Amino acid sequence: MSNDYIKDKPIDVSTDTDRILLDGVERELYDFVDEEREEDFYRINEGLTEEIVRKISEEKHDPDWMLEFRLKSLKIYNELEMPDWGPPIDGLNMDNIATYVRSKSNMVNSWDEVPEDIKNAFDKLGIPQAERESLAGVGAQYDSELVYHNVRKDVEESGVVYTDMESALTGEYSEMVHEHFMKLVPPTDHKFAALHGAVWSGGSFVYVPPGVHLEIPLQSYFRLNARGAGQFEHTLIIVDEGADLHFIEGCSAPKYNTANLHAGCVELYIRKNARLRYSTIENWSKNMYNLNTKRAICEEGGIIEWVSGSFGSHESYLYPTSVLKGDRSHSEFTGVTFAGKGQNLDTGAKVIHIGKNTSSFIDTKSICKSGGISTYRSSVVITKSAEGAKASVNCGSLMLDNISRSDTIPAVDVRTDKADVGHEAKIGRISDEAVFYLMSRGISEAEARAMIVSGFANPVSKELPLEYAAEMNNLIKLEMEGG
Amino acid sequence: MADTLLQICGVSAAVEGEEILHDVSLNINKGETHVLMGPNGAGKSTLGNVLMGNPVYALTGGSILFDGEDISKESADKRACRGMFLSFQNPLEVPGLALDSFIRNALRQRTGKNVKFMQFNKDLMNTMKLLNMDPSYAERDLNVGFSGGEKKKSEILQLLMMNPRFAILDETDSGLDVDAVKTVSEGIREYQKREDGALLIITHNAKILESLHVDYTHVLVKGRIVKTGDASLVEEIGKNGFEQFL
Repeated sequence: MSNDYIKDKPIDVSTDTDRILLDGVERELYDFVDEEREEDFYRINEGLTEEIVRKISEEKHDPDWMLEFRLKSLKIYNELEMPDWGPPIDGLNMDNIATYVRSKSNMVNSWDEVPEDIKNAFDKLGIPQAERESLAGVGAQYDSELVYHNVRKDVEESGVVYTDMESALTGEYSEMVHEHFMKLVPPTDHKFAALHGAVWSGGSFVYVPPGVHLEIPLQSYFRLNARGAGQFEHTLIIVDEGADLHFIEGCSAPKYNTANLHAGCVELYIRKNARLRYSTIENWSKNMYNLNTKRAICEEGGIIEWVSGSFGSHESYLYPTSVLKGDRSHSEFTGVTFAGKGQNLDTGAKVIHIGKNTSSFIDTKSICKSGGISTYRSSVVITKSAEGAKASVNCGSLMLDNISRSDTIPAVDVRTDKADVGHEAKIGRISDEAVFYLMSRGISEAEARAMIVSGFANPVSKELPLEYAAEMNNLIKLEMEGG
Repeated sequence: MADTLLQICGVSAAVEGEEILHDVSLNINKGETHVLMGPNGAGKSTLGNVLMGNPVYALTGGSILFDGEDISKESADKRACRGMFLSFQNPLEVPGLALDSFIRNALRQRTGKNVKFMQFNKDLMNTMKLLNMDPSYAERDLNVGFSGGEKKKSEILQLLMMNPRFAILDETDSGLDVDAVKTVSEGIREYQKREDGALLIITHNAKILESLHVDYTHVLVKGRIVKTGDASLVEEIGKNGFEQFL
């Protein structure tokens, strides 16, 4: 093990195969199915009716306004059409999806008190270990509810609030939550935003007070374990003036033969001169429909940085959006998508420039293999008011064989002539010569290919904290070996 | 026979169905430096690639023995692990793979041992200094954006760090300015100094050989070795060209 080396040069973990091998390249790491004893879990019937929505609301002890909000959202859901631009989602039947499943035990803040079977699941994923090592706070959601939540004392004392959404709804910050909940992503946005509004459960609320800089990240981990269920967690983060936060979310689920659904919602408010980095490593199992909505709004001088690794799911619709409302606000999106066998991943980013002298960068890499389909879709809108805006889009695709498919659909809409917009796209394959070159130095063919793919994804992994970069490289290695 | 390292026994090879090499035989002993010269298109690079196991080239006849063992069917990585090395005529660019961690990784794969970071870094810096390479290149992506000269230096850096038992240098001097040829030549001399290190230098330029010790010179024309001599053959070709062999 070469920890000394990694610490010296964190950027190069992409090539540190020792680390990758040590971590164990086993699909089972994510695919294990935990034996859930039925009597330990509360599960709402499959399907989506007013009765079910009322039942969820009752289970969760919602305030009145939230029940109303849910019912209104359900009505909107029933009125809206299915999205028609991306991968086909005919395989998803809401009548077969249980929208609410939770363990009968309550959320705890001591790891020892988490029920044994759930603890085992998270232990395998290294969750408490990661917390000890490098996090300021951790939330762990299992199916529909958080089972564990803990924040370091010094972080709490600095005034940072990091709690589950349910507590936030009724606690000290309930008004702030009410004021912001689904205002950035209204239920009318699209059908699955409406669905989320109706049946959402779990997720995190974070508030960072003015001027507070968190040196180490907060993390939420989402695990959907129940068969034929949906996960609809809501993440609401408010970074107040001049504050700074790095938030990480990780997701995984075991593979079942029935469809699972993830329709989460992330709303990020970045106030004047604040900065938020939002990192995601998503590894849903390959029966998951990942129809997730993420959106950030930046006030004057605010900065949002998205770092996104999409590896899992059967089908994904994912386009994190940055609304650059304030002058001089800035958005960066760095993402990698890996579509393997049976996967159709439609990912990208959106930016809306409103304020003057706003700037945005989009840098994405997509990889497809074994018949996987990877579509890069982006939209950059520069409104009339956004004089002096600068936008740059750079997307690269790597196809690992002849049966996979990669598409690039970048849209740019500029309404002022005082803007500077650049776009570059590249599609390529792994060169056999490059593989031979690495092999001539003693590296096996499989390893050489993995190194080239990891190198291609390096612009993303170098933006991640060490453990996550290693996890991402582990996932790349897994995908390279599988299929 | 105890000193024989590489035996090329009647090797014929083809690329895309067309035979380029015909019945080439050559023995290289431990510690020896052989030079392979010949006009453009004679098959020099093909021989280098066939020896290293590039799958683009098909061995259509004969065999290759290393340490007395037949390696004709082995993949390039296995040959490298035995101690073979090829310096590429056109080194490839690999984005996202840092030069230093690549070399360290390759060393680890080749030797099957952990490579201590401090010692590795010291060796790397010393070797880069020898080759007049800016230390910042260590952290740059492998050959990405390197000039022609820096790419060749990167190959010699890998040679010296990997310390193979037999190295093929495929036109390492091509496209280099006078100073870079001198530097690269010094790097090769450094490798020669090491015990038992054998070399096959493919070139059509005598410049790089001026300050190197050469044991044998072979002339390859149209896929056949037509002449073998000592170091003086290099000089002769420098004067009279390949005309006499055609």
